[in-house]
Amino acid sequence: MTTAVAVNIAAVAARDLEVAYDDGRVGLTGVNFTLTPGQVMGVIGPNGSGKSTLLKATAGLLRVRSGTLLVFGKQPADLEPGSIAYVPQIEAVDWHFPATVRDIVSMGRFPKIGRLRRFSARDRRLVDEALGAVEMLGLAERPIGQLSGGQQQRAFIARAIAQEPAIYLLDEPATGVDAATEEKLLHLVRALADGGKPVMMSTHDLERAREWFDRLLVLDTHQVLEGPTDDVLTAHPGLSHSHAHGHHKP
Amino acid sequence: MTIIHVLVAPFAYDFMVRAFIAALTVGLLCSVVGCYVVVRKLSFIGDGIAHASFAGIVVAYLRHMDYYVGAAIMAVATALGIGFVTRRGNVSLDTAIGVLFTGAFALGVFLMSQLKNYAVDLQDYLFGNILGVSQLDLTLTVTLAAVVAVALVLLWRDLLYTSFDPVVAQTSGIPTERIDYILLVLLALTIIVSLESVGIILVAALLVTPAAAAAQLTQRLPTMMAVSAGIGAFCAVGGLYLSYYVNAASGATIVLLATCCFFAALGIGQRVKRAA
Repeated sequence: MTTAVAVNIAAVAARDLEVAYDDGRVGLTGVNFTLTPGQVMGVIGPNGSGKSTLLKATAGLLRVRSGTLLVFGKQPADLEPGSIAYVPQIEAVDWHFPATVRDIVSMGRFPKIGRLRRFSARDRRLVDEALGAVEMLGLAERPIGQLSGGQQQRAFIARAIAQEPAIYLLDEPATGVDAATEEKLLHLVRALADGGKPVMMSTHDLERAREWFDRLLVLDTHQVLEGPTDDVLTAHPGLSHSHAHGHHKP
Repeated sequence: MTIIHVLVAPFAYDFMVRAFIAALTVGLLCSVVGCYVVVRKLSFIGDGIAHASFAGIVVAYLRHMDYYVGAAIMAVATALGIGFVTRRGNVSLDTAIGVLFTGAFALGVFLMSQLKNYAVDLQDYLFGNILGVSQLDLTLTVTLAAVVAVALVLLWRDLLYTSFDPVVAQTSGIPTERIDYILLVLLALTIIVSLESVGIILVAALLVTPAAAAAQLTQRLPTMMAVSAGIGAFCAVGGLYLSYYVNAASGATIVLLATCCFFAALGIGQRVKRAA
């Protein structure tokens, strides 16, 4: 039965993964994990530990040098366009770009509708729903240059939701946002997972790791630990404290 | 002299009619393509491609080929070269442009200095000679402009997404590398189309200034393009009229008018922001 097969396919499966940058430098080695649909995996580690590298490789942006990294059983590049929603850190783009929030969120529909097909009523509804999910319907027509950091982050996530992806890859969405926005993001991410989507998310902050994540993957250019959140935190009690405050490495 | 007379008088001459059509085409095209130049911070590239095309023009002159062909080959080659060096070499975009465009421009000057009888009409390409636009030039200008315009419409979504967020556009299945190269080629074609009207030295201004003015007044790319096109068309046609009546170089007059528009837009934009 096809449904049985679908259930058995991991959302993301990494085996002896080694990722290299474009210039050939190794960014990450020895990574092994399986993420199933409906789970949120926190990817943690100090700056330069390979968190972004892992997310980029999963999004198909970086080359897998050895081992395997499969998303729903395929190479990321072989998936249907729009299957992966990669949400970069907000500093990755120029927010002076002439566009409204709705323009940005609408881009999420581009992979599905292609070059020339008009936006259907359904496309417009999905954009509205995505804006609603991040509580930004009221800001839809606002130029993106006027958004706060937290609003920029939510606009990016709305674009990802509008894309109707099979998996979400979030690069430090909770960094640099205020407490209220963090609370909203937490509920949003949990809701995505409850809807059956797999989520991989990098973070510095482990203070509320048990609320955010089902699993944790600890990186330091290689894999330090991987497993259910409770197990990882129990095995490494100093982890949440040291990362939360950014000093004395575990 | 009535207003109507002032407006119609230049059209008594065929070469003026051709000049006005060429100016309008160039004004529209540069100001629309220029929006991508401005939002993607490529201002320096326009200058680079234009200067590099000079070598192509000199080679075409030496070989008795059409200037357009020489300029187009050199401009497209330089545009692709800049794209390639930036992607593959370990240098930043402005460095790649700096190396390639000065090299190509120097080649042009070197070849020109070898000429026994110094060619005056090569100078037309440095400063533009819109009054010398032939019927064939005009046909080429309008055709190339139409090709660029059609490409911009067909690739609207790819260009928009790649301009705002190239990394996520790539993960969404948009061939961003190819789109970048296509944009560079479209930019090269736009510059070629504009060389005879405004000249190598000033074409970059027409690519940047109307779009930069529009950016002060608008907050979405489609409206920015529409306003930029309006400013570009106004400056091209208005500048040509002005140059006709004050007997000044047409390319320079067009660019100066655009510069005035930019400062006016800057003032209006500031006032609107303060009022909001």
